[in-house]
Amino acid sequence: MAEAKLNRINLTEKDYEGAASTMCRGCGHDAISASVMRAYFESSIDPRKVIKLSGIGCSSKTPAYFLSQSFGFNAVHGRMSAVATGANLANHTLMPIGVSGDGDTAAIGLGNFCHMMRRNVNITYIIENNGVYGLTKGQFSATADVGSVMKGGKVNDIPAIDMAELAITLGATYVARSFSGDRKQLTPLVQGALAHAGSAILDVISPCVTFNNHEGSTKSLKYAKGHLDPIHDIDFIPPYENIEADYDEGTDHAVELHDGSHIVLHKLSKDYDPTNKAQAISAIHAAIAEGKFLTGLIYYNPNRKEFAEELNLCDTPLSELTQDELQPSLEALERINAELMK
Amino acid sequence: MDTAAINDLNICVATENGSGSASSNNILFKAIFKMGIPCSSKNMFPSNIQGLPTWYQIRASAEGYLGRKDVIDVMVMFNDATAAKDIYRVRDGGLILYDDSTPLPAHLKRDGVQYIGVPANKLIAKLVPASPLRAKQRNMIYVGALADLFGIDMEVIKAVLEDTFGKKPAVIESNLLCIDAGYQYVKEKGFTQNIARLQTIPNGNKGKIITEGNTAAALGAIYGGASVICWYPITPSSSLAEAMEYYLPRLRKPKNDKRTYAIVQAEDEIASAGMVAGAGWAGARAMTSTSGPGVSLMNETIGLAYYAEIPCVFFIIQRGGPSTGLPTRTQQADISLMYGASHGDTRHILLIPHDMNSCFDFARRSFDFADRFQTPVFVAMDLDLGMNFWSSDPLKLEQAPYDYGKRLSPEQLEEWTKAGKKFRRYFDQDGDGIPYRTVPGNQHRMASYFTRGSGHDADARYSEDENDYKYILDRLKKKFETARKFVPKPIVEKERGVKTGIICYGSSYEAVREARDRLKARGLKTNHMLIRALPLTKEVRDFLAEHETIYFVEQNRDAQMAAIIKDESPELGAKIVSVLVYNGLPITPKAVVDQIFDAAQSAQLKTAQM
Repeated sequence: MAEAKLNRINLTEKDYEGAASTMCRGCGHDAISASVMRAYFESSIDPRKVIKLSGIGCSSKTPAYFLSQSFGFNAVHGRMSAVATGANLANHTLMPIGVSGDGDTAAIGLGNFCHMMRRNVNITYIIENNGVYGLTKGQFSATADVGSVMKGGKVNDIPAIDMAELAITLGATYVARSFSGDRKQLTPLVQGALAHAGSAILDVISPCVTFNNHEGSTKSLKYAKGHLDPIHDIDFIPPYENIEADYDEGTDHAVELHDGSHIVLHKLSKDYDPTNKAQAISAIHAAIAEGKFLTGLIYYNPNRKEFAEELNLCDTPLSELTQDELQPSLEALERINAELMK
Repeated sequence: MDTAAINDLNICVATENGSGSASSNNILFKAIFKMGIPCSSKNMFPSNIQGLPTWYQIRASAEGYLGRKDVIDVMVMFNDATAAKDIYRVRDGGLILYDDSTPLPAHLKRDGVQYIGVPANKLIAKLVPASPLRAKQRNMIYVGALADLFGIDMEVIKAVLEDTFGKKPAVIESNLLCIDAGYQYVKEKGFTQNIARLQTIPNGNKGKIITEGNTAAALGAIYGGASVICWYPITPSSSLAEAMEYYLPRLRKPKNDKRTYAIVQAEDEIASAGMVAGAGWAGARAMTSTSGPGVSLMNETIGLAYYAEIPCVFFIIQRGGPSTGLPTRTQQADISLMYGASHGDTRHILLIPHDMNSCFDFARRSFDFADRFQTPVFVAMDLDLGMNFWSSDPLKLEQAPYDYGKRLSPEQLEEWTKAGKKFRRYFDQDGDGIPYRTVPGNQHRMASYFTRGSGHDADARYSEDENDYKYILDRLKKKFETARKFVPKPIVEKERGVKTGIICYGSSYEAVREARDRLKARGLKTNHMLIRALPLTKEVRDFLAEHETIYFVEQNRDAQMAAIIKDESPELGAKIVSVLVYNGLPITPKAVVDQIFDAAQSAQLKTAQM
């Protein structure tokens, strides 16, 4: 039997697996989980240093289906952003990954999600976006496009929230869009997000094969595949590899991430600078106007501190500080008592 | 004949809020405190920034009673908007101090009280150039007038000003000028009164501090090791989080020049509860502070923390509900909300402080309870306790190691592995209902598990199995029964042979203490029990069993705490006569005494009819 391939920390792909998935057969979410596992394996990240968070919904179940050696927390509907913020403050040395859906993030959890990005909390946040509530059987979500048809024939007439645009506007520092079926693009984007310090938002179109895969839906597998608009081809180059092998000065754009790794963007049709906020937003609008999903690394801001750093938290996780470090002295209390006597 | 009471005086200052009266009232209160006289203050303020009526009561009590008193001896009538009612708030034989810069209108005159007019507006116009400051300093005039009338030495006032504005000599100077103007005016006119004299008691308040419950609790939380603090502004809890913002940088030593705490103003209470749940799950001592509406919003997350067994602390400063209710007034009407917060079968631990030292102590220990029982813990306070100044013994730190409960380190897990023991997150290993716990960052290969608010089995796996589900629910109940033996016991004061008992909790304590003395003076001896926690301990049942009648004092309409007792001990519940005070103002001994006498009389009447 062939030996399983080991990564740089001597783990096999199997070490990144989780419990058996309970998604519907063919669900986009399972494909995303596969890319997530591959990304952790390829980036040689120790699963014990990862925390997995989610809200409620089909997508929110999936953290149980990868990285079984990591701690996981499947919280309440729409509140993962807040729970992840707290967990990050308690121990900022761990790497949080959040998995959520379009109902969880774009509707009930929109407020908390916005403020997490505003704070630039360090997290890889994947929105498994299928335009529909799966676990409650097929209601429209806030990312359903105008004109998209529900399984029973009802037509959506309220405009969708574009999660990538929202993320850019509200302060997220790494914003990408991809498609669950495009493992080649999604894996390096997840690797890049993991290497980034700050809020990395991945809006991943992930067709719901049970409730939103019919003719007339703009989030069906067929429709999504036919309307992808990739900005560039993407490679992730870890810090220990030489970037030049994959880099062509004339057509490539390299983005250096916080840990020294790079994302190399190979130009497809037009020049694109992901650090240009205005260009990023107008590119999203242009794609929407053509009925397409703009995919790739849409926006990147290397210049903002992540939240824990902004708060100047000590290197030791707050969760591991000792009583000696947490409890002020008796003398200090006596001084306060003396002040309160005035 | 001088019939004036010595050091017994209840002053009510009626002003407009935002007019600077907070400073002048504070100076007056602290001056009386500095004279060594037992005193207390109650601020009855509006939910508004400027222009609405506000009242501030200062009580000096030779006997050392610190509860609010309803009989008002002196009314400082400095708010035209409420003057017509304010003149009737003062007792017969009392005194009304008013601004006579313009003549007193006829409808503000009444019989049976003494009027003293001081032209505050005119005096201030001479002293302070026209500016927004002038209106604010006008209130300093009544401080001076009262000082002369009741015998507060100007040297004491000067000392208070120095304590208050130490680094701003110009501010001290200008305030002193205005206070002195009021003082001199009354002196020159020869105004006197025969209600009370304030006399210095040497060393009277020596060693006493003045503080608010929110400050005491904030300090307690800091000493208890709070390291993730997430909050959303809401009266009357904001000052607790703000006190932490003030004290944390001064008290918590940095580590390599970096902070050893995170304090975050969240976007709403749902988020602050979520952050606290996340931080508690990840092993930090996490807390939030809020009030009733905040608890309503946090309910779902509280249930998650209960069911997923996450330690976290909620400081709840109760105010007048329901809805927005009376946001700047006090109540104890969120007891059932806290005790049963969230959907499904839930029960929570409440620590209920009644004075400054228990605010400090319970705040500190709340984190131990949360870690020991792996559950949300509520520190149940109220506005009266949290936001009013209380004179108190100095805050006392009981030095004890933090109790992290059954939190397993990688080393312990390794020992378990060697001994062939398995870590089962939600399994009742010890028969006390409390499972063992690991936190993220523990890199032992057995450490990780999946936390969820959906059904799970003893090994933290997703499960909808009826037996798995019931096992967890029953174990949670068992855990709560274990907590019943650990929470602070009631404080009982009793004499043999006394058949009548009074039970109260929280900020009612001081009023009840005084009420018991008054009842005794009128021939009704009572024993007393102060409840300090939920779940109720065995001592509560014992106290009920030992007495024929129990007067149960609460600051809510529906007798929420009594309902818990009646639910748990129906056979004893019949003895309870509820004494309920819920008008939003700090409870007074009179309200307690009156209701108890009414109830006792009607009970006698019933017995006679039978």
